[in-house]
Amino acid sequence: MDSNTWFAVVAMGVAGISVAIGSIGTALGQGRSIVAAMDAIARQPDASDRISRTLFVGLAMIESLAIYCLVIALIILFANPFSHLITTVKP
Amino acid sequence: MAGSEFFPRIVVQLGPIEVTETVIYSLIVSAMLIGLALVVRAGLSNRPTSWQIAVEFLVEHFEGVMRDMFNGDPRACTPLIVTLALFIGTANLLGLVPGLRSPTGDFSTTAALAVIVFLAVPFYGIRARGVSGYLKHYLEPTPWLLPLEIISEFSRTLALAVRLFGNIVSEELVIAVLLGIAGLLVPVPIMMLAVLTSLVQAYIFAVLAVVYLSAAVRTQTE
Repeated sequence: MDSNTWFAVVAMGVAGISVAIGSIGTALGQGRSIVAAMDAIARQPDASDRISRTLFVGLAMIESLAIYCLVIALIILFANPFSHLITTVKP
Repeated sequence: MAGSEFFPRIVVQLGPIEVTETVIYSLIVSAMLIGLALVVRAGLSNRPTSWQIAVEFLVEHFEGVMRDMFNGDPRACTPLIVTLALFIGTANLLGLVPGLRSPTGDFSTTAALAVIVFLAVPFYGIRARGVSGYLKHYLEPTPWLLPLEIISEFSRTLALAVRLFGNIVSEELVIAVLLGIAGLLVPVPIMMLAVLTSLVQAYIFAVLAVVYLSAAVRTQTE
């Protein structure tokens, strides 16, 4: 394989791995926060409005971590700052 | 297809300024919202139409959220927050119309919206508490936290922009990829999900703006 192929292979692999690892932590965190919110609503149904609003804001905060990984992956795939290094001349 | 979903197309070139399709679609969204506002205002009455009820519900909902967080009168911030929610919601939903793209799928738009929130926080903070009162809230629990406060001021602005952009772009990419590999009707369930995501993202952006404003505006009630 020449260096251009290596570049494409590594870029695609790293993009996939970054999204995969990024979503693991986010999934665990969101799961825990939803469990806690459900517990709280079951104990105090009156406060469900306030709890679900706080839950939404918290989920958005946690979710942005996964979104960072996604944006990094998109940059690697579509807007790679080092893509000028690979030669465009076909052998 | 490299990047065709990622970068907006350039429609017109006005001298050195490139007018991208993002600008056109943002103007469409603004025109729709201004038209809606004019229609609703012309029909204001004590026997409300369904449009008036919808708009009143939206305004009252956000005023309720702000009243909870501010411990005070939220009227001053209502125009900013409700406009943000309406604009982002409409802009997100515009991408589901075939042939159009969400203006919020462009990082420039979301960055501009986040900068508006970034500048609105000191504006409303100084208006509500005066310059010294606003600056004092940076030192409030203890002055040692000042660097963290300043970093968080910038990082949350970046997070606000990246969150909206990432959600909308990922949604559009998923629909585009599904359309590419499967065909005409397969993306429809994903698009139904996208309606939900679009509205939730608009709501979250507005509520986070309220949270950021509340730290600056909140009146102490001890």
